[in-house]
Amino acid sequence: MPDSFTWEIMGLGFVAAILVGFVASYFGVFIVQRRMAFLGSGLAHAAFGGVALGILLDTQPLFVALPFTISVAIAIIWVRDHTGLAEDTVIGVMFSVAMALGVVFLFLKEGFSGDAYTYLFGSVLAVSMTDVVLAGCMVAATLCTFPLWGAWAYATFDRDLARTDRLRVVWHDYVLACAMSIVIVVSMKIVGMVLIAAFLVLPAATARMLSQSFRQMTLISIAIGVTTPAIGMYLSLFPDLPPGAPIILVQSAMFVAALVVRKQGMIK
Amino acid sequence: MSAPAIRVQRVSVRLGDYEALRGVSFEAPEGAFVAVIGPNGAGKTTLLNVLLGLQRPDQGVVEVFGMDPAKLPPDTLGYIPQLKTLDRSFPGLAIELVVTGRRRSWPWRISAADRAAALHALELTGVARLASRPIARLSGGELQRVYLARSLVRNPKLLVLDEPGAGMDIGAEAEMYHLIDHYQTASKATVLMITHDWEGARVHATHVLLMDRGLAAFGAPAEVAREDRLLNVFGYAGHQASTHRTPPDA
Repeated sequence: MPDSFTWEIMGLGFVAAILVGFVASYFGVFIVQRRMAFLGSGLAHAAFGGVALGILLDTQPLFVALPFTISVAIAIIWVRDHTGLAEDTVIGVMFSVAMALGVVFLFLKEGFSGDAYTYLFGSVLAVSMTDVVLAGCMVAATLCTFPLWGAWAYATFDRDLARTDRLRVVWHDYVLACAMSIVIVVSMKIVGMVLIAAFLVLPAATARMLSQSFRQMTLISIAIGVTTPAIGMYLSLFPDLPPGAPIILVQSAMFVAALVVRKQGMIK
Repeated sequence: MSAPAIRVQRVSVRLGDYEALRGVSFEAPEGAFVAVIGPNGAGKTTLLNVLLGLQRPDQGVVEVFGMDPAKLPPDTLGYIPQLKTLDRSFPGLAIELVVTGRRRSWPWRISAADRAAALHALELTGVARLASRPIARLSGGELQRVYLARSLVRNPKLLVLDEPGAGMDIGAEAEMYHLIDHYQTASKATVLMITHDWEGARVHATHVLLMDRGLAAFGAPAEVAREDRLLNVFGYAGHQASTHRTPPDA
């Protein structure tokens, strides 16, 4: 069993993981239903470019990664809407550029940077009070967007129909992409860049298989998003793993269980 | 004399290098049933987008009930899109889709008033029994009826349909025309429908708009459906057997 000292160190990580799990699973339902999973992956790579710049500048990496990633998200949507290029093409270009910049920034930083490893694979020990406060602010901001749930769901179902009802779907695209950027950047320290796309998608994908309405999907996704990081982090204590991998494995196990439940015809 | 329901004057739209509409003009009176017909790429969908206020014309004037379509109150309009634009995997129920007609957003909860109105609209279109069925499990014909219910729940002055018969069998299509006729008679609404169904247009429409990027003809169905016009626009004027065919031996 982990001793009290370990629990003390892990406490902040647990709280932060549950908070980012809530936000990621909430936005995850839109990401899954709008088939934006690749955007999540692309923005995670872009965030790494921002983190690398922060490390190079010897400042708090998150504060650089945040505007950097939001800028990339806005650029992706803008280029998609103004060039007619497919979204996956634009994402592919943007994340490659951001990743390449990240490599250059890290190379310019003299000596090995352990921070970069933290952001790649996640680390509980690296979670600070600042990260927890940021995650708390993100939860508060997410709750503020809740009145937009209906509009986002409507545009997710049928974008053209929503436009005829004068919904500002393009504006909502930007808001969603910016929200995704913030979630990714704040979650990076815990889950790691490599696994963040799965962290955004798995709870919602699991919920989709268990739901008949979008409201149900949202609630189940949040339930999974809040519980699995706690379970995954607890499991990470025993072999002393970075927390990202156990969290994703727990979420994957739930995904497989939901798949079996659905295939057995227990849910239509 | 009242203003026309739809007034389109010398409207042109360019989409990049492509001229999707060229100098289109027509006026449809209130209560008209306008069938928009033309070959693929004739500009029908562009015209629809202009009338829905989703596309600004590069030139010309468009008015719907005397207003700029982009400023038209959404409740004035009932729009039934092509089924291909929606996400069939979306986890939603038929009644939730109908409620979007009243709320203009996807409902988190359905109030008693919204539920009653939605069920009434579903009853009008003969699919009240499908209210709690997931959208993914509705057939094309059932879904069109749910969409029609979604439009009727707001009692629109203008009903716009984009190829509503696509993917329907002839029985379901005839039933849909019957429902539209019934609503129009009761409400005096104006109907604009994009279709490839000449026969349906001839029987149900009061006006036919024949398009070929520009306007090829506008008027009563019998007036527009002349063989020379059809040949000119479609290069075709009806089915004709090219050879004498006999059934193969059993």
